[in-house]
Amino acid sequence: MIEFQNVHKTYRVAGKDIPALHPTSLRVENGQVFGLIGHSGAGKSTLLRLINRLEEPSGGQITVDGEEVTALDANGLRRFRQQVGMIFQHFNLLASKTVADNVALPLTLAGELSRKDINLRVAELLARVGLSDHAKKYPAQLSGGQKQRVGIARALATKPKILLCDEATSALDPQTTASVLQLLAEINRELKLTIVLITHEMDVIRRVCDQVAVMDAGVIVEQGSVADVFLHPQHPTTKRFVQEAEQVDEGEQRDDFAHVPGRIVRLTFQGDATYAPLLGTVARETGVDYSILAGRIDRIKDIPYGQLTLAVTGGDMEAAFARFTAADVHMEVLR
Amino acid sequence: MDLFLNFFADIDWSEIWLATGDTMTMLFGSLFFTVVLGLPLGVLLFLTSPRQLFEQKGLYAFLSLVVNMLRSLPFIILLIVMLPLTKLITGIYMDEATTLGVAGAIPPLVIGATPFFARLVETALREVDRGIIEATQSMGASTRQIITSALLPEARPGIFAAITVTAITLVSYTAMAGVVGAGGLGDLAIRFGYQRFQDNVMVVTVVMLMILVQILQTVGDKLVVHFSRK
Repeated sequence: MIEFQNVHKTYRVAGKDIPALHPTSLRVENGQVFGLIGHSGAGKSTLLRLINRLEEPSGGQITVDGEEVTALDANGLRRFRQQVGMIFQHFNLLASKTVADNVALPLTLAGELSRKDINLRVAELLARVGLSDHAKKYPAQLSGGQKQRVGIARALATKPKILLCDEATSALDPQTTASVLQLLAEINRELKLTIVLITHEMDVIRRVCDQVAVMDAGVIVEQGSVADVFLHPQHPTTKRFVQEAEQVDEGEQRDDFAHVPGRIVRLTFQGDATYAPLLGTVARETGVDYSILAGRIDRIKDIPYGQLTLAVTGGDMEAAFARFTAADVHMEVLR
Repeated sequence: MDLFLNFFADIDWSEIWLATGDTMTMLFGSLFFTVVLGLPLGVLLFLTSPRQLFEQKGLYAFLSLVVNMLRSLPFIILLIVMLPLTKLITGIYMDEATTLGVAGAIPPLVIGATPFFARLVETALREVDRGIIEATQSMGASTRQIITSALLPEARPGIFAAITVTAITLVSYTAMAGVVGAGGLGDLAIRFGYQRFQDNVMVVTVVMLMILVQILQTVGDKLVVHFSRK
Protein backbone atom coordinates (compact mmCIF):
# COMPACT_ATOMS: atom_id res chain seq x y z
CA MET A 1 0.00 0.00 0.00
CA ILE A 2 1.28 3.43 -0.94
CA GLU A 3 0.21 6.18 1.42
CA PHE A 4 0.70 9.94 1.19
CA GLN A 5 0.05 12.07 4.25
CA ASN A 6 0.00 15.80 3.63
CA VAL A 7 2.78 15.48 1.10
CA HIS A 8 3.63 18.69 -0.68
CA LYS A 9 6.29 19.94 -3.03
CA THR A 10 7.43 23.46 -3.75
CA TYR A 11 10.05 24.43 -6.29
CA ARG A 12 12.19 27.46 -5.83
CA VAL A 13 12.54 29.24 -9.15
CA ALA A 14 14.39 32.55 -9.38
CA GLY A 15 13.85 33.29 -5.70
CA LYS A 16 10.13 32.54 -5.80
CA ASP A 17 8.37 29.51 -4.34
CA ILE A 18 6.27 27.75 -6.94
CA PRO A 19 3.96 25.08 -5.51
CA ALA A 20 3.89 21.97 -7.70
CA LEU A 21 1.86 19.84 -5.33
CA HIS A 22 -0.34 21.21 -2.56
CA PRO A 23 -0.62 19.11 0.62
CA THR A 24 -2.06 15.84 -0.61
CA SER A 25 -3.16 12.67 1.11
CA LEU A 26 -3.61 9.60 -0.98
CA ARG A 27 -3.83 5.84 -0.66
CA VAL A 28 -3.12 3.21 -3.31
CA GLU A 29 -4.05 -0.35 -2.36
CA ASN A 30 -1.80 -3.26 -3.28
CA GLY A 31 -2.55 -4.86 -6.62
CA GLN A 32 -4.42 -1.83 -7.88
CA VAL A 33 -3.89 0.02 -11.13
CA PHE A 34 -4.06 3.62 -10.01
CA GLY A 35 -4.31 6.32 -12.64
CA LEU A 36 -3.43 9.97 -12.24
CA ILE A 37 -4.79 12.19 -14.96
CA GLY A 38 -4.15 15.86 -15.51
CA HIS A 39 -2.98 18.38 -18.06
CA SER A 40 0.73 19.13 -18.27
CA GLY A 41 1.79 21.17 -15.27
CA ALA A 42 -0.98 19.74 -13.08
CA GLY A 43 1.59 18.14 -10.78
CA LYS A 44 1.00 14.50 -11.70
CA SER A 45 4.58 13.93 -12.77
CA THR A 46 5.82 15.44 -9.49
CA LEU A 47 3.46 13.24 -7.49
CA LEU A 48 4.68 10.11 -9.31
CA ARG A 49 8.34 10.97 -8.73
CA LEU A 50 7.72 11.57 -5.04
CA ILE A 51 6.86 7.89 -4.62
CA ASN A 52 10.44 6.76 -5.33
CA ARG A 53 11.87 10.10 -4.25
CA LEU A 54 13.27 11.10 -7.61
CA GLU A 55 11.73 14.31 -6.32
CA GLU A 56 12.30 15.13 -2.66
CA PRO A 57 9.09 16.19 -0.89
CA SER A 58 9.06 19.60 0.76
CA GLY A 59 7.02 18.10 3.59
CA GLY A 60 4.69 15.30 4.59
CA GLN A 61 5.10 11.58 4.94
CA ILE A 62 5.17 8.82 2.32
CA THR A 63 4.92 5.18 3.37
CA VAL A 64 5.00 2.05 1.24
CA ASP A 65 3.85 -1.17 2.94
CA GLY A 66 4.49 0.41 6.31
CA GLU A 67 8.04 1.50 5.42
CA GLU A 68 8.50 5.24 5.72
CA VAL A 69 10.09 6.20 2.41
CA THR A 70 10.57 9.80 3.46
CA ALA A 71 12.79 8.66 6.37
CA LEU A 72 15.17 6.45 4.34
CA ASP A 73 18.87 7.29 4.14
CA ALA A 74 20.81 7.07 0.85
CA ASN A 75 21.45 3.33 1.15
CA GLY A 76 17.93 2.53 2.27
CA LEU A 77 16.56 4.58 -0.59
CA ARG A 78 18.69 2.67 -3.12
CA ARG A 79 17.40 -0.66 -1.77
CA PHE A 80 13.83 0.66 -1.82
CA ARG A 81 14.15 1.85 -5.41
CA GLN A 82 15.18 -1.65 -6.46
CA GLN A 83 11.66 -2.72 -5.45
CA VAL A 84 10.00 -0.02 -7.53
CA GLY A 85 10.17 -0.31 -11.31
CA MET A 86 9.67 2.71 -13.52
CA ILE A 87 8.93 3.23 -17.21
CA PHE A 88 9.07 6.49 -19.11
CA GLN A 89 7.43 8.37 -21.94
CA HIS A 90 10.67 8.44 -23.94
CA PHE A 91 11.71 4.97 -22.78
CA ASN A 92 15.13 6.14 -21.51
CA LEU A 93 16.94 3.05 -22.77
CA LEU A 94 20.71 3.11 -23.02
CA ALA A 95 21.56 3.46 -26.72
CA SER A 96 25.01 1.99 -26.10
CA LYS A 97 23.69 -1.30 -24.73
CA THR A 98 21.85 -4.17 -26.39
CA VAL A 99 18.26 -4.97 -25.50
CA ALA A 100 19.44 -7.82 -23.26
CA ASP A 101 22.02 -5.63 -21.51
CA ASN A 102 19.41 -2.91 -20.95
CA VAL A 103 17.11 -5.40 -19.28
CA ALA A 104 20.04 -6.79 -17.27
CA LEU A 105 21.13 -3.35 -16.04
CA PRO A 106 19.03 -3.16 -12.83
CA LEU A 107 20.25 -6.66 -11.92
CA THR A 108 23.93 -5.88 -12.52
CA LEU A 109 23.54 -2.65 -10.54
CA ALA A 110 21.96 -4.55 -7.63
CA GLY A 111 24.83 -7.03 -7.86
CA GLU A 112 22.97 -9.88 -6.14
CA LEU A 113 22.72 -12.41 -8.96
CA SER A 114 25.44 -14.31 -10.81
CA ARG A 115 25.96 -13.63 -14.52
CA LYS A 116 24.29 -16.95 -15.31
CA ASP A 117 21.20 -16.19 -13.23
CA ILE A 118 21.00 -12.73 -14.76
CA ASN A 119 21.02 -14.22 -18.26
CA LEU A 120 18.24 -16.63 -17.32
CA ARG A 121 16.14 -13.85 -15.82
CA VAL A 122 16.68 -11.62 -18.87
CA ALA A 123 15.59 -14.41 -21.22
CA GLU A 124 12.47 -14.97 -19.11
CA LEU A 125 11.63 -11.23 -19.12
CA LEU A 126 12.16 -10.84 -22.86
CA ALA A 127 9.89 -13.83 -23.45
CA ARG A 128 7.19 -12.22 -21.29
CA VAL A 129 7.21 -8.99 -23.31
CA GLY A 130 7.50 -10.89 -26.60
CA LEU A 131 10.97 -9.71 -27.61
CA SER A 132 13.04 -12.89 -27.36
CA ASP A 133 14.23 -12.52 -30.95
CA HIS A 134 15.53 -9.01 -30.36
CA ALA A 135 17.92 -9.62 -27.45
CA LYS A 136 21.05 -8.78 -29.45
CA LYS A 137 19.65 -5.66 -31.11
CA TYR A 138 20.28 -2.10 -30.05
CA PRO A 139 17.36 0.18 -29.03
CA ALA A 140 17.80 2.31 -32.18
CA GLN A 141 16.81 -0.74 -34.25
CA LEU A 142 13.44 -1.10 -32.49
CA SER A 143 10.04 0.55 -32.98
CA GLY A 144 8.52 2.73 -30.26
CA GLY A 145 6.27 -0.03 -28.98
CA GLN A 146 9.16 -2.47 -28.84
CA LYS A 147 11.27 0.07 -26.96
CA GLN A 148 8.55 0.47 -24.34
CA ARG A 149 8.36 -3.31 -24.02
CA VAL A 150 12.09 -3.34 -23.32
CA GLY A 151 11.43 -0.58 -20.77
CA ILE A 152 8.77 -2.74 -19.12
CA ALA A 153 11.02 -5.80 -19.08
CA ARG A 154 13.79 -3.69 -17.53
CA ALA A 155 11.42 -2.28 -14.91
CA LEU A 156 10.32 -5.79 -13.94
CA ALA A 157 13.85 -7.21 -13.73
CA THR A 158 14.25 -6.91 -9.97
CA LYS A 159 10.74 -8.30 -9.32
CA PRO A 160 9.40 -5.03 -7.95
CA LYS A 161 6.18 -4.65 -5.93
CA ILE A 162 5.30 -1.38 -7.62
CA LEU A 163 5.52 -0.16 -11.20
CA LEU A 164 5.49 3.57 -11.89
CA CYS A 165 4.48 4.58 -15.43
CA ASP A 166 5.35 8.10 -16.53
CA GLU A 167 3.19 8.84 -19.59
CA ALA A 168 4.25 5.42 -20.84
CA THR A 169 2.07 5.47 -23.95
CA SER A 170 2.05 9.16 -24.81
CA ALA A 171 4.74 8.78 -27.47
CA LEU A 172 3.04 5.79 -29.12
CA ASP A 173 0.43 5.46 -31.86
CA PRO A 174 -3.09 4.27 -30.87
CA GLN A 175 -2.57 0.65 -31.91
CA THR A 176 0.75 0.35 -30.11
CA THR A 177 -0.75 2.11 -27.09
CA ALA A 178 -3.46 -0.55 -26.94
CA SER A 179 -0.95 -3.40 -26.99
CA VAL A 180 1.29 -1.81 -24.35
CA LEU A 181 -1.74 -1.16 -22.11
CA GLN A 182 -2.80 -4.76 -22.58
CA LEU A 183 0.65 -5.88 -21.49
CA LEU A 184 0.43 -3.67 -18.39
CA ALA A 185 -2.99 -5.08 -17.50
CA GLU A 186 -1.63 -8.60 -17.96
CA ILE A 187 1.33 -7.90 -15.69
CA ASN A 188 -0.94 -6.38 -13.06
CA ARG A 189 -3.15 -9.45 -13.13
CA GLU A 190 -0.49 -12.13 -13.20
CA LEU A 191 2.18 -10.63 -10.96
CA LYS A 192 -0.23 -8.85 -8.58
CA LEU A 193 1.87 -5.77 -9.18
CA THR A 194 0.65 -2.38 -8.00
CA ILE A 195 0.76 0.07 -10.91
CA VAL A 196 0.65 3.84 -10.63
CA LEU A 197 0.41 5.54 -13.99
CA ILE A 198 0.09 9.11 -15.11
CA THR A 199 -1.46 10.18 -18.37
CA HIS A 200 -3.37 13.00 -20.01
CA GLU A 201 -5.66 10.63 -21.89
CA MET A 202 -8.89 9.45 -20.27
CA ASP A 203 -8.86 6.50 -22.66
CA VAL A 204 -5.73 5.10 -20.98
CA ILE A 205 -7.47 5.36 -17.61
CA ARG A 206 -10.60 3.68 -18.98
CA ARG A 207 -8.70 0.74 -20.38
CA VAL A 208 -6.47 -0.30 -17.49
CA CYS A 209 -7.15 1.56 -14.26
CA ASP A 210 -9.20 0.54 -11.22
CA GLN A 211 -8.95 3.86 -9.41
CA VAL A 212 -8.36 7.31 -10.78
CA ALA A 213 -7.40 10.67 -9.35
CA VAL A 214 -7.88 13.80 -11.41
CA MET A 215 -5.32 16.54 -10.86
CA ASP A 216 -5.51 20.23 -11.57
CA ALA A 217 -3.00 22.91 -10.53
CA GLY A 218 -1.27 20.73 -7.93
CA VAL A 219 -4.47 19.48 -6.30
CA ILE A 220 -6.41 16.21 -6.60
CA VAL A 221 -9.84 17.52 -7.54
CA GLU A 222 -11.67 14.24 -7.90
CA GLN A 223 -10.94 10.65 -7.00
CA GLY A 224 -12.77 7.35 -7.09
CA SER A 225 -13.32 4.14 -9.02
CA VAL A 226 -12.86 4.59 -12.74
CA ALA A 227 -16.47 3.66 -13.51
CA ASP A 228 -17.82 6.31 -11.09
CA VAL A 229 -15.49 9.05 -12.22
CA PHE A 230 -15.81 8.22 -15.89
CA LEU A 231 -19.58 7.84 -16.03
CA HIS A 232 -20.52 10.53 -13.51
CA PRO A 233 -17.79 13.16 -13.57
CA GLN A 234 -18.31 15.98 -11.05
CA HIS A 235 -15.44 18.43 -11.36
CA PRO A 236 -15.19 20.61 -14.51
CA THR A 237 -11.67 19.30 -15.24
CA THR A 238 -12.90 15.71 -15.07
CA LYS A 239 -15.86 16.54 -17.31
CA ARG A 240 -13.50 18.03 -19.85
CA PHE A 241 -11.34 14.91 -19.88
CA VAL A 242 -14.35 12.64 -20.30
CA GLN A 243 -15.73 14.77 -23.11
CA GLU A 244 -12.36 14.73 -24.84
CA ALA A 245 -12.33 10.93 -24.63
CA GLU A 246 -15.88 10.60 -25.96
CA GLN A 247 -15.43 13.35 -28.49
CA VAL A 248 -18.67 15.03 -27.57
CA ASP A 249 -19.29 18.65 -26.78
CA GLU A 250 -22.17 19.08 -24.37
CA GLY A 251 -22.89 22.60 -25.55
CA GLU A 252 -23.10 21.51 -29.18
CA GLN A 253 -25.26 18.57 -28.22
CA ARG A 254 -27.73 20.80 -26.37
CA ASP A 255 -28.12 22.95 -29.49
CA ASP A 256 -28.60 19.88 -31.69
CA PHE A 257 -31.33 18.48 -29.41
CA ALA A 258 -33.15 21.83 -29.07
CA HIS A 259 -35.76 20.98 -31.70
CA VAL A 260 -36.29 17.38 -30.50
CA PRO A 261 -39.71 16.94 -28.84
CA GLY A 262 -40.29 15.19 -25.48
CA ARG A 263 -38.12 14.70 -22.39
CA ILE A 264 -34.42 13.99 -22.76
CA VAL A 265 -32.78 11.52 -20.40
CA ARG A 266 -29.37 9.91 -20.18
CA LEU A 267 -29.23 6.27 -19.11
CA THR A 268 -26.05 4.64 -17.92
CA PHE A 269 -25.83 0.85 -17.83
CA GLN A 270 -23.03 -1.05 -16.19
CA GLY A 271 -22.08 -4.71 -16.06
CA ASP A 272 -24.80 -7.23 -16.96
CA ALA A 273 -27.44 -4.52 -17.29
CA THR A 274 -25.66 -3.43 -20.47
CA TYR A 275 -26.90 -6.49 -22.35
CA ALA A 276 -30.46 -6.70 -20.88
CA PRO A 277 -33.29 -5.85 -23.35
CA LEU A 278 -34.57 -3.13 -21.03
CA LEU A 279 -35.55 -0.37 -23.45
CA GLY A 280 -37.91 -2.50 -25.53
CA THR A 281 -39.55 -4.01 -22.45
CA VAL A 282 -40.16 -0.66 -20.80
CA ALA A 283 -41.50 0.86 -24.05
CA ARG A 284 -43.99 -1.99 -24.46
CA GLU A 285 -45.15 -1.95 -20.84
CA THR A 286 -45.52 1.82 -20.41
CA GLY A 287 -46.43 2.84 -23.91
CA VAL A 288 -43.65 5.43 -24.22
CA ASP A 289 -41.83 6.05 -27.44
CA TYR A 290 -38.18 6.80 -27.56
CA SER A 291 -35.55 7.77 -30.05
CA ILE A 292 -31.82 7.40 -29.41
CA LEU A 293 -30.03 10.71 -29.79
CA ALA A 294 -26.55 9.63 -28.80
CA GLY A 295 -24.90 6.62 -27.27
CA ARG A 296 -21.95 4.37 -26.86
CA ILE A 297 -21.33 0.89 -25.61
CA ASP A 298 -17.81 0.12 -24.46
CA ARG A 299 -15.80 -1.32 -21.61
CA ILE A 300 -14.18 0.19 -18.54
CA LYS A 301 -11.27 -2.16 -17.96
CA ASP A 302 -13.25 -5.47 -17.85
CA ILE A 303 -16.70 -4.08 -17.15
CA PRO A 304 -19.03 -3.41 -20.09
CA TYR A 305 -21.04 -0.23 -19.93
CA GLY A 306 -23.48 1.64 -22.09
CA GLN A 307 -24.55 5.24 -22.06
CA LEU A 308 -27.56 6.35 -24.10
CA THR A 309 -29.18 9.72 -24.51
CA LEU A 310 -32.89 9.28 -25.29
CA ALA A 311 -35.76 11.54 -26.27
CA VAL A 312 -38.88 10.07 -24.65
CA THR A 313 -42.40 10.92 -25.84
CA GLY A 314 -45.96 9.77 -25.08
CA GLY A 315 -47.20 7.00 -22.78
CA ASP A 316 -46.75 6.86 -19.03
CA MET A 317 -43.43 8.67 -18.74
CA GLU A 318 -43.21 8.61 -14.94
CA ALA A 319 -43.76 4.84 -14.85
CA ALA A 320 -41.06 4.38 -17.49
CA PHE A 321 -38.58 6.47 -15.49
CA ALA A 322 -39.41 4.48 -12.36
CA ARG A 323 -38.77 1.23 -14.25
CA PHE A 324 -35.37 2.47 -15.44
CA THR A 325 -34.34 3.48 -11.95
CA ALA A 326 -35.54 0.17 -10.51
CA ALA A 327 -33.55 -1.80 -13.09
CA ASP A 328 -30.18 -0.73 -11.70
CA VAL A 329 -29.73 1.84 -14.41
CA HIS A 330 -28.45 5.28 -13.60
CA MET A 331 -30.77 7.89 -15.03
CA GLU A 332 -30.27 11.60 -15.43
CA VAL A 333 -33.04 13.82 -16.73
CA LEU A 334 -31.39 16.36 -19.00
CA ARG A 335 -34.56 18.20 -20.03
CA MET B 1 60.04 14.53 -63.25
CA ASP B 2 63.79 14.79 -62.82
CA LEU B 3 63.36 18.26 -61.48
CA PHE B 4 60.86 16.89 -58.97
CA LEU B 5 63.17 14.10 -57.84
CA ASN B 6 66.18 16.43 -57.65
CA PHE B 7 64.23 18.66 -55.33
CA PHE B 8 64.10 15.87 -52.77
CA ALA B 9 67.56 14.38 -53.57
CA ASP B 10 69.53 15.79 -50.65
CA ILE B 11 67.00 14.95 -47.94
CA ASP B 12 68.34 12.88 -45.08
CA TRP B 13 65.46 10.40 -44.82
CA SER B 14 66.78 8.77 -41.66
CA GLU B 15 66.47 12.17 -40.04
CA ILE B 16 62.85 12.41 -41.26
CA TRP B 17 61.92 8.99 -39.90
CA LEU B 18 63.61 9.73 -36.61
CA ALA B 19 61.66 12.99 -36.34
CA THR B 20 58.40 11.24 -37.25
CA GLY B 21 59.05 8.69 -34.52
CA ASP B 22 59.73 11.50 -32.03
CA THR B 23 56.49 13.22 -33.02
CA MET B 24 54.59 9.96 -32.52
CA THR B 25 56.18 9.43 -29.11
CA MET B 26 55.27 12.95 -28.02
CA LEU B 27 51.79 12.65 -29.47
CA PHE B 28 50.78 9.34 -27.95
CA GLY B 29 52.68 9.89 -24.71
CA SER B 30 50.94 13.19 -24.09
CA LEU B 31 47.58 11.91 -25.40
CA PHE B 32 47.72 9.07 -22.87
CA PHE B 33 48.30 11.38 -19.91
CA THR B 34 45.80 13.91 -21.25
CA VAL B 35 43.06 11.29 -21.31
CA VAL B 36 44.04 9.88 -17.91
CA LEU B 37 43.89 13.33 -16.32
CA GLY B 38 41.27 15.00 -18.50
CA LEU B 39 38.56 12.34 -18.34
CA PRO B 40 38.11 12.52 -14.53
CA LEU B 41 38.41 16.30 -14.69
CA GLY B 42 35.71 16.43 -17.38
CA VAL B 43 33.46 14.13 -15.33
CA LEU B 44 34.02 16.34 -12.26
CA LEU B 45 33.24 19.49 -14.26
CA PHE B 46 30.03 17.88 -15.48
CA LEU B 47 28.90 16.57 -12.09
CA THR B 48 29.56 19.80 -10.21
CA SER B 49 27.99 22.04 -12.83
CA PRO B 50 24.60 23.65 -12.15
CA ARG B 51 21.58 21.30 -11.94
CA GLN B 52 23.69 18.12 -12.09
CA LEU B 53 24.11 15.21 -9.68
CA PHE B 54 26.75 16.85 -7.49
CA GLU B 55 26.00 20.49 -7.99
CA GLN B 56 28.78 22.43 -6.23
CA LYS B 57 28.74 26.06 -7.26
CA GLY B 58 32.07 26.95 -5.62
CA LEU B 59 34.04 23.95 -6.84
CA TYR B 60 32.65 24.26 -10.36
CA ALA B 61 33.52 27.96 -10.51
CA PHE B 62 37.06 27.20 -9.31
CA LEU B 63 37.67 24.32 -11.75
CA SER B 64 36.14 26.35 -14.53
CA LEU B 65 38.42 29.28 -13.78
CA VAL B 66 41.57 27.11 -13.78
CA VAL B 67 40.53 25.42 -17.03
CA ASN B 68 39.76 28.75 -18.67
CA MET B 69 43.05 30.29 -17.53
CA LEU B 70 45.09 27.42 -18.91
CA ARG B 71 43.14 27.51 -22.14
CA SER B 72 43.62 31.22 -22.60
CA LEU B 73 47.40 30.81 -22.60
CA PRO B 74 48.85 30.37 -26.11
CA PHE B 75 50.66 27.03 -26.15
CA ILE B 76 53.97 28.54 -27.20
CA ILE B 77 53.91 30.75 -24.10
CA LEU B 78 52.87 27.84 -21.87
CA LEU B 79 55.90 25.89 -23.15
CA ILE B 80 58.28 28.59 -22.01
CA VAL B 81 56.48 29.45 -18.77
CA MET B 82 56.50 25.79 -17.83
CA LEU B 83 60.23 25.19 -18.39
CA PRO B 84 61.19 25.21 -14.68
CA LEU B 85 58.27 22.94 -13.77
CA THR B 86 59.04 20.59 -16.64
CA LYS B 87 62.61 20.36 -15.41
CA LEU B 88 61.33 19.41 -11.98
CA ILE B 89 58.88 16.75 -13.27
CA THR B 90 61.17 15.03 -15.76
CA GLY B 91 64.43 15.57 -13.94
CA ILE B 92 66.04 16.53 -17.24
CA TYR B 93 69.22 18.49 -16.74
CA MET B 94 69.17 21.43 -19.07
CA ASP B 95 72.34 23.36 -19.82
CA GLU B 96 70.65 25.60 -22.19
CA ALA B 97 67.32 26.50 -20.71
CA THR B 98 65.60 26.21 -24.07
CA THR B 99 66.35 22.61 -25.00
CA LEU B 100 63.68 20.18 -23.88
CA GLY B 101 64.00 16.91 -25.75
CA VAL B 102 61.13 14.54 -26.47
CA ALA B 103 60.34 13.52 -22.88
CA GLY B 104 60.57 17.12 -21.76
CA ALA B 105 57.87 18.14 -24.20
CA ILE B 106 55.27 15.82 -22.69
CA PRO B 107 54.44 17.74 -19.46
CA PRO B 108 53.64 21.04 -21.22
CA LEU B 109 51.72 19.16 -23.92
CA VAL B 110 49.63 17.44 -21.25
CA ILE B 111 49.03 20.68 -19.34
CA GLY B 112 48.10 22.41 -22.58
CA ALA B 113 45.72 19.72 -23.82
CA THR B 114 44.08 18.48 -20.58
CA PRO B 115 41.82 21.51 -19.93
CA PHE B 116 40.77 21.49 -23.59
CA PHE B 117 39.99 17.76 -23.47
CA ALA B 118 38.19 18.06 -20.11
CA ARG B 119 35.84 20.70 -21.57
CA LEU B 120 35.09 18.42 -24.53
CA VAL B 121 34.33 15.55 -22.14
CA GLU B 122 32.02 17.82 -20.12
CA THR B 123 30.17 18.72 -23.31
CA ALA B 124 29.93 15.07 -24.39
CA LEU B 125 28.42 14.14 -20.99
CA ARG B 126 25.97 17.00 -21.25
CA GLU B 127 24.70 15.45 -24.49
CA VAL B 128 23.51 12.38 -22.59
CA ASP B 129 19.74 12.56 -22.13
CA ARG B 130 18.78 13.48 -18.56
CA GLY B 131 16.16 10.75 -18.75
CA ILE B 132 18.97 8.17 -18.83
CA ILE B 133 20.28 9.47 -15.51
CA GLU B 134 16.78 9.48 -14.06
CA ALA B 135 16.12 5.93 -15.24
CA THR B 136 19.38 4.70 -13.72
CA GLN B 137 18.58 6.50 -10.46
CA SER B 138 15.16 4.88 -10.39
CA MET B 139 16.89 1.46 -10.48
CA GLY B 140 18.65 2.34 -7.24
CA ALA B 141 22.08 3.04 -8.74
CA SER B 142 24.72 4.88 -6.70
CA THR B 143 26.28 7.99 -8.19
CA ARG B 144 29.43 6.01 -9.03
CA GLN B 145 27.30 3.38 -10.81
CA ILE B 146 25.43 6.08 -12.71
CA ILE B 147 28.77 7.39 -14.01
CA THR B 148 30.34 4.05 -14.89
CA SER B 149 27.25 2.12 -16.05
CA ALA B 150 25.26 4.80 -17.80
CA LEU B 151 26.93 8.17 -18.34
CA LEU B 152 30.31 7.04 -19.69
CA PRO B 153 28.97 4.25 -21.96
CA GLU B 154 26.31 6.62 -23.35
CA ALA B 155 28.85 9.39 -23.91
CA ARG B 156 31.42 7.06 -25.48
CA PRO B 157 30.97 8.25 -29.09
CA GLY B 158 31.34 11.86 -27.92
CA ILE B 159 34.38 10.99 -25.84
CA PHE B 160 36.07 9.28 -28.82
CA ALA B 161 35.34 12.34 -30.92
CA ALA B 162 36.90 14.45 -28.15
CA ILE B 163 40.01 12.24 -28.10
CA THR B 164 40.31 12.60 -31.88
CA VAL B 165 40.07 16.39 -31.80
CA THR B 166 42.53 16.50 -28.91
CA ALA B 167 45.01 14.24 -30.72
CA ILE B 168 44.94 16.51 -33.75
CA THR B 169 45.42 19.57 -31.58
CA LEU B 170 48.36 17.79 -29.97
CA VAL B 171 49.94 17.23 -33.40
CA SER B 172 50.12 20.96 -33.92
CA TYR B 173 51.31 21.46 -30.34
CA THR B 174 54.17 18.97 -30.86
CA ALA B 175 55.21 20.94 -33.92
CA MET B 176 55.31 24.10 -31.78
CA ALA B 177 57.34 22.30 -29.17
CA GLY B 178 60.01 22.10 -31.89
CA VAL B 179 60.68 25.79 -31.32
CA VAL B 180 62.14 25.08 -27.92
CA GLY B 181 64.09 22.10 -29.18
CA ALA B 182 61.74 19.29 -28.33
CA GLY B 183 62.56 17.24 -31.44
CA GLY B 184 60.06 15.81 -33.88
CA LEU B 185 58.80 17.01 -37.24
CA GLY B 186 58.21 20.57 -36.07
CA ASP B 187 61.77 20.81 -34.86
CA LEU B 188 63.00 19.54 -38.23
CA ALA B 189 60.86 22.01 -40.11
CA ILE B 190 62.16 24.90 -38.05
CA ARG B 191 65.85 23.97 -37.99
CA PHE B 192 66.25 22.79 -41.58
CA GLY B 193 63.24 24.06 -43.45
CA TYR B 194 63.15 27.55 -41.97
CA GLN B 195 66.56 28.38 -40.56
CA ARG B 196 68.61 26.67 -43.34
CA PHE B 197 66.20 27.47 -46.16
CA GLN B 198 65.78 23.78 -47.10
CA ASP B 199 62.38 24.05 -48.75
CA ASN B 200 62.33 20.33 -49.53
CA VAL B 201 62.56 19.40 -45.82
CA MET B 202 59.78 21.84 -45.10
CA VAL B 203 57.56 20.25 -47.77
CA VAL B 204 58.24 16.72 -46.53
CA THR B 205 57.54 17.55 -42.87
CA VAL B 206 54.33 19.37 -43.77
CA VAL B 207 53.16 16.41 -45.86
CA MET B 208 54.04 14.03 -43.02
CA LEU B 209 52.01 16.08 -40.55
CA MET B 210 49.07 16.19 -42.95
CA ILE B 211 49.13 12.43 -43.40
CA LEU B 212 49.30 11.97 -39.62
CA VAL B 213 46.25 14.19 -39.08
CA GLN B 214 44.33 12.38 -41.82
CA ILE B 215 45.03 9.01 -40.23
CA LEU B 216 44.01 10.23 -36.77
CA GLN B 217 40.75 11.70 -38.02
CA THR B 218 39.85 8.60 -40.04
CA VAL B 219 40.53 6.22 -37.16
CA GLY B 220 38.67 8.52 -34.75
CA ASP B 221 35.63 8.75 -37.02
CA LYS B 222 35.54 4.97 -37.39
CA LEU B 223 35.55 4.54 -33.61
CA VAL B 224 32.78 7.11 -33.17
CA VAL B 225 30.61 5.36 -35.75
CA HIS B 226 31.35 1.96 -34.23
CA PHE B 227 30.22 3.04 -30.76
CA SER B 228 27.28 5.17 -31.87
CA ARG B 229 24.79 2.28 -32.29
CA LYS B 230 22.39 4.58 -34.00
